[in-house]
Amino acid sequence: MRNAQRILAALAVLGALHLVILLAGFVAPYDPAAQNRDFPFAPPTRIHFVDAYGRAHLRPFIYSLSVRSDTVNEYEEARDKSYPVRFFIQGPAYKLAGLLPLHVHLFGVEGPAQIFLAGTDGYGRDQFSRILYGGQISLAAGLLATGISLLLGLVVGCVSGFYGRWIDESAMRLVELFLVLPWLYFLLAVRSFLPLNISPTQTFLLLVAVIGTIGWARPARLVRGIVLSAKGRKYVIASRGFGASEYYILRRHVLPHTYGVLLTQAALLVPQYVVAEVTLSFLGLGLSEPAPSWGNLLANLQQYNVLISYWWMFAPALALVIVSLGYLQLANAVHELQSGSI
Amino acid sequence: MHRWGSVATLVLASGYACFASPAPQPPQRGEDLHITDNQIGRYGGSLVVAQRSEPKTLNPVTAADAPSREVIGRLTADLIHINRASQATEPALAKSWSVSKDGQTFAIKLRHGLRFSDGQPFDADDVVFSFQVYLDEKVHSPQRDLLVVGGKPIEVQKIDQYTVRFTLAQPYAAAERIFDSLAMMPRHLLEKPYEGGQFAQAWTLTTPPAEIAGMGPFRVKEYIPGQRIVLERNPYYWKADQSKNRLPYLDELVFLFVGNEDAQVIRFQAGETDIISRLSADNYALLSKDAASHGTEFFDLGPSLEYDFLVFNLNDLKKDTDNIAAKQAWFQDVKFRQAVSAAIDRDSIVKLVYAGHGAALWGNVSPSNKLWVDQTLPHPPRSLDRARELLKSAGFSWRADSALLDRQGKAVEFSIITSTSNAQRTKMATLIQDDLSKLGMSVHVVPLEFRAVLDRVFQTYDYEASIMALGGGDADPNPEMNVWLSSGGTHLWHLGESKPATDWEAQIDQFMQKQMVQLKYKERKHLYDEVQATVAANVPFIFLATPDVLVGAKRHLGNFKPAILDPNTLWNVEQLYFLPGNGAAAGGKP
Repeated sequence: MRNAQRILAALAVLGALHLVILLAGFVAPYDPAAQNRDFPFAPPTRIHFVDAYGRAHLRPFIYSLSVRSDTVNEYEEARDKSYPVRFFIQGPAYKLAGLLPLHVHLFGVEGPAQIFLAGTDGYGRDQFSRILYGGQISLAAGLLATGISLLLGLVVGCVSGFYGRWIDESAMRLVELFLVLPWLYFLLAVRSFLPLNISPTQTFLLLVAVIGTIGWARPARLVRGIVLSAKGRKYVIASRGFGASEYYILRRHVLPHTYGVLLTQAALLVPQYVVAEVTLSFLGLGLSEPAPSWGNLLANLQQYNVLISYWWMFAPALALVIVSLGYLQLANAVHELQSGSI
Repeated sequence: MHRWGSVATLVLASGYACFASPAPQPPQRGEDLHITDNQIGRYGGSLVVAQRSEPKTLNPVTAADAPSREVIGRLTADLIHINRASQATEPALAKSWSVSKDGQTFAIKLRHGLRFSDGQPFDADDVVFSFQVYLDEKVHSPQRDLLVVGGKPIEVQKIDQYTVRFTLAQPYAAAERIFDSLAMMPRHLLEKPYEGGQFAQAWTLTTPPAEIAGMGPFRVKEYIPGQRIVLERNPYYWKADQSKNRLPYLDELVFLFVGNEDAQVIRFQAGETDIISRLSADNYALLSKDAASHGTEFFDLGPSLEYDFLVFNLNDLKKDTDNIAAKQAWFQDVKFRQAVSAAIDRDSIVKLVYAGHGAALWGNVSPSNKLWVDQTLPHPPRSLDRARELLKSAGFSWRADSALLDRQGKAVEFSIITSTSNAQRTKMATLIQDDLSKLGMSVHVVPLEFRAVLDRVFQTYDYEASIMALGGGDADPNPEMNVWLSSGGTHLWHLGESKPATDWEAQIDQFMQKQMVQLKYKERKHLYDEVQATVAANVPFIFLATPDVLVGAKRHLGNFKPAILDPNTLWNVEQLYFLPGNGAAAGGKP
């Protein structure tokens, strides 16, 4: 079945990406905040199989970089010594998935050479490592905010649709208020109230809370519609006639109808919220230096000279596109699956 | 623009009167023209430059913002002028001046027969009127402070139609420099609004051009809000080249309002503007890469007179901001500030922030200010060991996870605010954050909107540390009085001191005041060296670096001689001209 294949493909891509990002410490060769001040804006390191003498090697290798004389950030390879790419190599300490302290990295090279798969930024920080660590923040923000939105939406939608009358009226007016709220300006206002000394963790939690809280209105409205239509079904009326409690009816007969919509909404909201985090960080409202997030990384492109001189600075955008497409594909497939089944 | 410019040239050359801009008046009998020694150019053309924002006013007395002053500077002239290339004073509207032996009296002789841009004559009455306005407290001129010497305003007296005497209450070093950029204004146009108490409302952007006249090389032609202001030749300008051609050569000078530097770079690359000033090092590198194919040229003029610094908040704080007040115990310790200074990698700042187009600084005077820089000032290299020793001797210690603790066992943590509009300062803050993390300090970089930064630093004192820049006006020490006097308005680390808060600030006060009344360069230099040494030893500012002055222009611009002093590129705009030949071709879009 084609739809199932699409779901599987999207899930596989997203799963792999999320796993890699979850294990960022292991996959990334360097600390995302470590500056290499001798290598600002170094291009992605070329991986070689054939050396300067024309001999082919099975194990890929790289050459170390050297700065061309009289320039600050033009580089050439120092071809006199090659550095083989090693796997499961010891490197800087990290905590796997934030828990397990380790030193071993998936790949790397021995010093003094350094491998920058996606080049470096203006401080000589490894972009590849920053994209992976940044993904942790961006995706976590997206997923957590989606959770908050859906939970709020589900509760408000259920209560409003099931009990109706003035509860419904007031809840729906509140929904409308939230739908018309210019949220970007709202966030700017919130940010200006914050104290100066706010740790990156606090900023992150606040960011998630704000993005999630603002977005509950649409799911609430969808859930309310479904609850409204479900509560008039004959088996619900029958169940009520048999003396079932309202809570039982809600849990047993009404809620299951909302799962499909929630799932589609989740798949739609995650990329939307990842992009929201990117937007906020891009505008300087997100995490501050040196914490990486995809928005922070893309904010480098605000400078014209970076935009047109260093193509590898677009790499975080690629990750963002893949994640967004994956989730949207998933949302589409789930939606079609549902409409097919009804 | 240039196509029109070359049409105008053609029309002029063939002897027809030109409707686009007034033709220069032939020299008159008895007119004391200033003869310049520039290469002789040709008339015509329209020079287009970009400004970050619109000027707020055309009133020379009330203008405080850079874009206004840049435009007004082309519309007006001063009595004695600082030559931006030589940095020395030269006669302008004054033909000559003499100083009395005690250094307190200036007799200025004006050039004869000069006229304002509306054709009305200029004489001593206009000078006396101009100074009357500048010195009037009700007008609130930012320049007034400069004209108050020894607590008393300068006395201005008309001797005859072309002679004016200035009397100072006490000797004042380099007094002739204060005349620079003080615009002489037409009494016939401005006396009425002044008498009516309406001076601040005179000469706005919407004032009809016919009601604005000055002694500058250009006069206002039209202003289109949000787009541009167009100036046209002042046909009565008082400078001429050696062939007696009255300057300026250009028919028009156009200021386009272009939002930010990147947009300016794009406009310049597209050939829409002729000159670009104050380039960042990144954009300089970007543009100079294909300079040849675009017919442009770029100049690195060496370190500017500006200084970037990190400043800690040492202001007297009220109780409601006690979170910051608690941290001031660290900031007030000179060893803490010295340690921070020792830990900062200035070479990296020059390299990563200014792409090598800058110089590291350990004092407030830029190395390009050769007359005043204290060459003996030590330039200690970055040393984390020295920083640790200093911190240890000040009672700091380190936790097992290498975080720095103060005497009370509190972890050292503070934030640096920078302006979001200045990517370079945010970059410096990020480098410093990394440098100081090696000492175990936890530093947050907080980019805020520019006005919010100014508000916190100047008004509410609600900040811990900030990165800012000062300087760049004149090479002379006197404009720096505001920064170093403990009562000064830009004494940023501790504003509004009623008396010097520390001994060393009292010492600086004395040195600065002494140098101000000292007339001999050698003595003054000695005193100013002392100021630099005291500042460097007590590090109220942690000096970081100074950027090079980087500018660019189209290759076919004659007499283009950019200078380190502001305005870097337009200071000799009256001498600029378009070289023949490729002018129109290079000016037009491909």
